[in-house]
Amino acid sequence: MNKQTEKRERRKLVFFFLKGAKAFFVISILSSALSALADMISPQIIRMAIDNVIKNEPADYAKPVMRVVNAFGGFEYFKTHIWILALGVMAVALVKVITQYTFRVYNTKGGETLVKTMRDKLFGRIERLPFSWHMKNKTGDIIQRCTSDIDTLRNFISEQMTGIFRIVIMLTLSLIFMVTMNPLLTLIAVIPMPVIVIYSFHFHKTVRDQFQVCDENEGKLSAMVQENLTGVRVVRAFGREKTELDKFSAHNKYYTSLWVQVSKSLAGFWSSMDALTALQILAIVVMGCHLCIKGSMLPGEYVSFISYNMMLIWPIRQLGRMISEMSKASVSVERIHYIMKSEEEKDEPGAGEADMSGDIAFKNVTFAYENCPDILKNVSFTAESGKTLGILGGTGSGKSTLMFLLDKLYDLPENGGSITVGGVDIRRIRTDYLRRNIGMVLQEPYLFSRTISENIGITNEGMTLTEIREAARDACLDDAIMGFTQGYETKVGERGVTLSGGQKQRTAIARMLTQKTPIMILDDSLSAVDTETDAKIRKALEKHFGKTTVIIISHRITTLQKCDKIVVLDKGSVAETGSHDELKDAGGIYSLIYQSQSGLGEEAVS
Amino acid sequence: MTQENKTRTKLRFFGIGKILPFMKTFKNLIILMAVLGLITSLIDVAITLFQRYALNNFVEKGSFAGRLPMYLIVYVGAIVVQTLATYFSCSRAMTVEVSMNRDLRQAAFTHLQTLSFSYFNQNSVGYIHARVLSDTSRIGSLASWTVMDGVWHTSYLVFAAGVMLAINWKLALMVMAIVPLVAVLFSVFQKKLIRANREIREINSNITSNFNEGITGAKTVKTLAIESSMEKRFVDETAKMRKRSVEASRIRGLFAATMNLASSAALAIVLWKNDLISSEEVGTFSLFMSYAQGMMEPIRWLIDAISDLITTQVNIERFTNLLAVRSDVIDSPEVIEKDGDSFEPKKENWEPLKGDIKFDDVSFVYPDGEEEVLSHFSMTIPYGSNIAIVGETGAGKSTLVNLVCRFYEPTQGRVLIDGRDARERSQLWLHSHIGYVLQNPHLFSGTVRENLLYGNPDATPEQIERAVKLVSADEVVARLEKGLDTDVGEGGDLLSTGEKQLISFARAILADPRILILDEATASVDTITEQKIQAAIDEVIKGRTSIVIAHRLSTIRHADCILAVRDGKIVEQGTHKELIAKKGYYYDMYTRQYEDEEAAKILSSV
Repeated sequence: MNKQTEKRERRKLVFFFLKGAKAFFVISILSSALSALADMISPQIIRMAIDNVIKNEPADYAKPVMRVVNAFGGFEYFKTHIWILALGVMAVALVKVITQYTFRVYNTKGGETLVKTMRDKLFGRIERLPFSWHMKNKTGDIIQRCTSDIDTLRNFISEQMTGIFRIVIMLTLSLIFMVTMNPLLTLIAVIPMPVIVIYSFHFHKTVRDQFQVCDENEGKLSAMVQENLTGVRVVRAFGREKTELDKFSAHNKYYTSLWVQVSKSLAGFWSSMDALTALQILAIVVMGCHLCIKGSMLPGEYVSFISYNMMLIWPIRQLGRMISEMSKASVSVERIHYIMKSEEEKDEPGAGEADMSGDIAFKNVTFAYENCPDILKNVSFTAESGKTLGILGGTGSGKSTLMFLLDKLYDLPENGGSITVGGVDIRRIRTDYLRRNIGMVLQEPYLFSRTISENIGITNEGMTLTEIREAARDACLDDAIMGFTQGYETKVGERGVTLSGGQKQRTAIARMLTQKTPIMILDDSLSAVDTETDAKIRKALEKHFGKTTVIIISHRITTLQKCDKIVVLDKGSVAETGSHDELKDAGGIYSLIYQSQSGLGEEAVS
Repeated sequence: MTQENKTRTKLRFFGIGKILPFMKTFKNLIILMAVLGLITSLIDVAITLFQRYALNNFVEKGSFAGRLPMYLIVYVGAIVVQTLATYFSCSRAMTVEVSMNRDLRQAAFTHLQTLSFSYFNQNSVGYIHARVLSDTSRIGSLASWTVMDGVWHTSYLVFAAGVMLAINWKLALMVMAIVPLVAVLFSVFQKKLIRANREIREINSNITSNFNEGITGAKTVKTLAIESSMEKRFVDETAKMRKRSVEASRIRGLFAATMNLASSAALAIVLWKNDLISSEEVGTFSLFMSYAQGMMEPIRWLIDAISDLITTQVNIERFTNLLAVRSDVIDSPEVIEKDGDSFEPKKENWEPLKGDIKFDDVSFVYPDGEEEVLSHFSMTIPYGSNIAIVGETGAGKSTLVNLVCRFYEPTQGRVLIDGRDARERSQLWLHSHIGYVLQNPHLFSGTVRENLLYGNPDATPEQIERAVKLVSADEVVARLEKGLDTDVGEGGDLLSTGEKQLISFARAILADPRILILDEATASVDTITEQKIQAAIDEVIKGRTSIVIAHRLSTIRHADCILAVRDGKIVEQGTHKELIAKKGYYYDMYTRQYEDEEAAKILSSV
């Protein structure tokens, strides 16, 4: 992709996110224009008050203004009724305040809508990206893209863009008013402005590098503390407190010295900016006085001119900073684009449903992970409808991969054989339908940081507590849950209790049981459960199995021996198939393991 | 429940008293800043007076009357003084800020090195990390910017009020009547804003953890096919975020509106009551307008400052509470007198350590627990023997090790090292004779060599080489690009877990410990590495007292004594043979693991 199309893509993405937010931004910019206009009016009222009311100078304003003044009875009338002008100031202020408020609220509405759209779209996209994508990308990096990059983009649009709009409107309007009052003085006021903008732009660009160095070193300091805390056992056990302290002190000092340097540049910038601004004002004061003395300017004009100038100075100083920060946005857009352009999981056209209670057949399945040798080689077997199939295999034998393929976590390539359910190739079955009909307990189950009951009933929000408890009871979990003070309302995870490995596995089993799927898969799901509970759970499960097609993966004979059929998987190939009785004396791997596991007593003690 | 919450107390005067000792270092600079703040506000007030002078004298009288040069000199002089004052006050303020933060961090970090394990077990790494780095980072600005800006804003208010009163006390009083009204309104908004911001922060962190869950739980989300419900939950949260943010912007908008209205009201009052000023004095008129508007900013600042102080008070509280935590393992003054403390040891007075350990009627309750995990436990571990502790994850296997290492002190009874109460010698003395290898090997950022030297800073290159060879870490080192001088990355993350483990083993051996603790040292490595490590273990425990917390039971069959731990308590104790014969808890665990391991062995050997 070349640079041009990339740029266009990025712009398209920004507009895509802006959907629903654009109207808010338009309103906010319009109100900010109105508010800038209101800002222009009160100095004019003051000017009239000074020149025409207090000082009695002859008035020469644009026709509509004169018409309003004359409607009151000319400036003479205001002499005795100056409160009307004061009221005018308040009225203008009210307009200004209302428009400013509208600007602020609508700008936030726009910004927040934009952020919401971005977050929602990103989250939805991330949830639907293929599992292989998740394996390739680091969690921390994705989160960064979803948080700070989004913030950068929001700031770009709702602060920098609208801010620059505001400043430009302000600048144009005040310049118009200033020029109509006195072009020469305006020139004097304007000359330093480009200097201020350019200086501030360059300063912020260079100081950003300094900030970055500081940030990096803060990161180092933070990592140092992190290491000291996570390694507290090592530190104490080796008695290295002093070493740690020395290391920290040195870096702490260095990091601080970096900031002291930054403080000098910042102070230099601020004070020189202040000086520049003060000199500009001085120039206007002196020149203004000169013009007044010469008679080409009235005192009221002079006073209001200074007001306009004051209004300009701050925005001008900010302009440089804003422009210098704009470049950050394009990097962020690119980083967000990376997620948005990744392709979601997709079904084949015409994919539909199938009878999920039928046989599950693996035919010549061959599969390799990206850049890896084949993990499955020509694997064929059938899990018969309503029966229990056991899979025995060691680490790296590909047994979990088989299940990932069945659940379409990875796509089986065209030439990699086929998996069928009820005679239909799973490539022709809708992914969500397929997954909703397969209950799977993973080896290392993941629980969400919600309550236990929410976790168990996660697939169906309308589930009753009775159903949830029943599932928990079958998973031998009910007693443990009732032991928590908050029972089923106990939160798990980060902000709640930490469950043991065995409890997590049992929660996952209960979660699967509530799904009541025609296919159930237990992938080494009882490894962290003690023998006693293991047996209990298996017994309880049997009553659920009924018409269900079950696949149990394990390397424990006791877990597998009741299966109707057992497949022994060795290094990605099927080594043996048969029932426990057929295999136990067949002299293959299964019988070796069977012997080793049953003849334990004597051997272990020796 | 953390220890700090228990000791929480309300601090007076925003807790400033607590950080006075830290401010003392910068006393002179802080006074300088206050003086500079005073000078700048004086000049700011004066410049308005200069402008009045120009209007009242030059413009009104229609001539500079030869006073322009003098006027320029004074004005420019003021700008120069102002610029210098701004430069010094800003750079000094920032210097004080970062330097004070540095000292606070230093104090917190130093204090942490003296704390005992109970603190680290009760508070998460993230929590402590935030105390050291983020709380401290918010306190420094209090002593610098808040002081300086406080002086500036207060004195500006006072000076401006003073000047106005001196010039025209009637008009001054009228203008200032607005102040209390504005102040009240501001504080009402401020309170609402604080509440809104707190809520927004909370929702924001919810959103981040939702992202986190959606990413780390991706596999589970897919297998359960709950993408849509996850998305719905997420969208609800972001909708809440948008709503609250817009609400907050409304409050902020009202805030700004009040401020604008108030300053326009002040302006209107001046205009309305202009007859209090002679029509000859346009300068005075404009001065009142400037001050009337300029006074709003200091008021806003003061109210902001109060809410900042309230926030900072929380930081100060947390910081001082950290410093107030006392270690529950403390060396007596006599011991420190003889052996020195952790930072300044008196190694010349240290006695040799042989390695006899004896538990003498020890009872123990964890500081944050209620249950007695050891009661009247007695056991002798003669020098050179090998003890194994087994049990499930989270069963409390580390308790004995914690007591031997003096990470905790017994609640009752004594732990004897070489026949003497451990408390009779310093912690560092004991720790210098302990070698510790953890399940999750912890390395520090730096090179391999630096990490090895952690075990013994005085080790010679030959000693390093020997230690590395002894544990077969030489193969790891040989593979690394720069050998021993290869950087291991943050937390050693550039190495694999197995590699890290071997390095951490070599580190322990370099310490030439009399007591060696292996805390599930082989749990997270692959079989080949495990065999290597096992061979190394057999080698290095010779002649040392060793305590092995084991995950794989097959590795500790030859231990002199095995302790089986369940639910925090020692349930069985004896040799492997004795425990197998007993057919109790150990037998059960062993059987299960044996099955798994046998199966794995067969599956990987065929």
